[in-house]
Amino acid sequence: MTRPLVELIDIEKHFGGIRAVDRVSLDLWPGEVVGVLGHNGAGKSCLMRILSGAMTPSAGEIRVNGSPASFSSPNDARAAGIETIYQTLALADHLDAAANLFLGRELKTRFGNLDDARMLAEARTVLARLNPNFKNLRDPVSSLSGGQRQVIAIARAIYFDTKILIMDEPTAALGPSETAMVADLIRQLRDEGIGIFLVSHDMHDVFELCDRVVVMNKGRLVGAHAIHEVSKDDVLSLIVKGELPADWSARNLMAEAAQ
Amino acid sequence: MPADAAMAMDERVKTEPFLARLMKRPELGAIGGVILVTIFFLATADSSMFTLSGIMNFLTPAAQLGILGIAAAMLMIGGEFDLSIGSMVAFAGMIFGVLTVNLGLPLILSIPATFVFAALVGAVNGLIVIRSGLPSFIVTLAGLFILRGASLVGLKLFTGGSTQLRGVREAVEGDMLTPLFSGDAFGFFFTWLADIGLIEKFRSGTPKVPGIPVEILWFVLVALVATYVLLRTARGNWIFAAGGDRNAASNSGVPVDKVKIALFMATACAAALVAIITVIDSGSTDARRGFMKEFEAIITAVIGGCLLTGGYGSAIGAFFGAIIFGMVTIGLTYTSFDQDWFQVFLGGMLLIAVLFNNAIRKRVTGER
Repeated sequence: MTRPLVELIDIEKHFGGIRAVDRVSLDLWPGEVVGVLGHNGAGKSCLMRILSGAMTPSAGEIRVNGSPASFSSPNDARAAGIETIYQTLALADHLDAAANLFLGRELKTRFGNLDDARMLAEARTVLARLNPNFKNLRDPVSSLSGGQRQVIAIARAIYFDTKILIMDEPTAALGPSETAMVADLIRQLRDEGIGIFLVSHDMHDVFELCDRVVVMNKGRLVGAHAIHEVSKDDVLSLIVKGELPADWSARNLMAEAAQ
Repeated sequence: MPADAAMAMDERVKTEPFLARLMKRPELGAIGGVILVTIFFLATADSSMFTLSGIMNFLTPAAQLGILGIAAAMLMIGGEFDLSIGSMVAFAGMIFGVLTVNLGLPLILSIPATFVFAALVGAVNGLIVIRSGLPSFIVTLAGLFILRGASLVGLKLFTGGSTQLRGVREAVEGDMLTPLFSGDAFGFFFTWLADIGLIEKFRSGTPKVPGIPVEILWFVLVALVATYVLLRTARGNWIFAAGGDRNAASNSGVPVDKVKIALFMATACAAALVAIITVIDSGSTDARRGFMKEFEAIITAVIGGCLLTGGYGSAIGAFFGAIIFGMVTIGLTYTSFDQDWFQVFLGGMLLIAVLFNNAIRKRVTGER
């Protein structure tokens, strides 16, 4: 019996008179990648911030594994298995990979000291799983490449038994080969049963990786489709106009009808 | 798995030699500075500067400044400044003086009360900075004037018009806590050293160096605690993270606001410690106490390798930065140079330290 990892029900967020998120409902299932698309200011970041605990909704309900949850800080969301990877690859620049991986959840010795040796060993294991070429664990992360930084961010997510991963433009700061590596990681995580919200502007990535797409426009959810139902043009139309082309019918059904 | 084992081996081969790792430490510049300054004074100063009494002579001011400098360094690593610490020394000195002299409290009450006052002021500084989002530079610049003025007004109020409050020494005489904050420690040891002829004696038979001034012990203790916190505890990582990138830190679950407020409180408490030590030592407190110490503390931290933008630095560096400061301040009196070169010398040291530290940091962080 499977049920959604997370359900967002009638979520609203108001800023003064502006409805940044307007009665949005959305769910995410295990082993599924859902693309979240929309213009800048369409409300997708806001919605993701609500789910990651960085923002509290004005109204609506969040359910994790069927039971209601409320997050007043990112730590609450993290405790519920929701991890967020930010577009800016936000890491503490002057700390090394292991310190960043465990930042805020440090491993300690019996005496309450940092257990550097164990953190380094654990970091080495988890990073090796993601990218065997990751060697310079003791260097400050400011000296690492964008791809390596993204690997650390993703390692943070998987090390702590994450069920739901929010990735905000995970490849925006990366070069082509690093993008391919992150795409592989996303597939790998999906196959392990993690549910992923992929916020992206990159239509290629979305069609490559996602099982479903949801599109937001002016704070409302204007479309939610299985990826093979829609074409890139359909999605663009949803993003720009907030509706599907007038002559739209499900792409896969059309294909079946044509046969 | 053989592949894993091979990789682990590979990693071990890549481990940097100890020396190379040492070359990347932020305190390297300060340690190099101590060596340079020592060489300079060995060449120019009277040989009595590096006798035991000479060393105690320059370590004492270094200790007073160093306690402030280490606190300033931790705060700077956490991404904030406190320009009010110099005034805080005067303010805490005033509070402490009034509590011991006017209210006649024993040290066991007046010292904790002084720390509580200081911590409160530090917490207010921190809260204003956090809540307003204003640079701490500006907020604590206001504190610099407010606390200095409040010390002046307070002293005049409690002494009936004087800017100096006397009688502290008499008030603390015989208090069991006094030896912790004033005088010399390990006197018996130094007497013994003198008896076996290792250190010189005055003609009266007392050793020329009666012991280690307690502020030096406090200085070492503060440096050890700060280094332990920074390098061996999770709080230390949080301080580095909060100063490096506060968004990244709070996204990672670091309670950035709490970390910063705690740092402001610790800085104010360091100022209170210096106030208590110097007030008991001189037996009085006045409104000019700690004047300009905020800048000297920041210089100490910067010579010690702290980055003005936060997230990088070391307490040990500030420790050596303060020793450089003490050597330069006192050392010039041992030379034939005009003592007024002091500030020129200090400015030069600061500039060299910043350039040097900048070069090291770029190598470490891989910035271009």
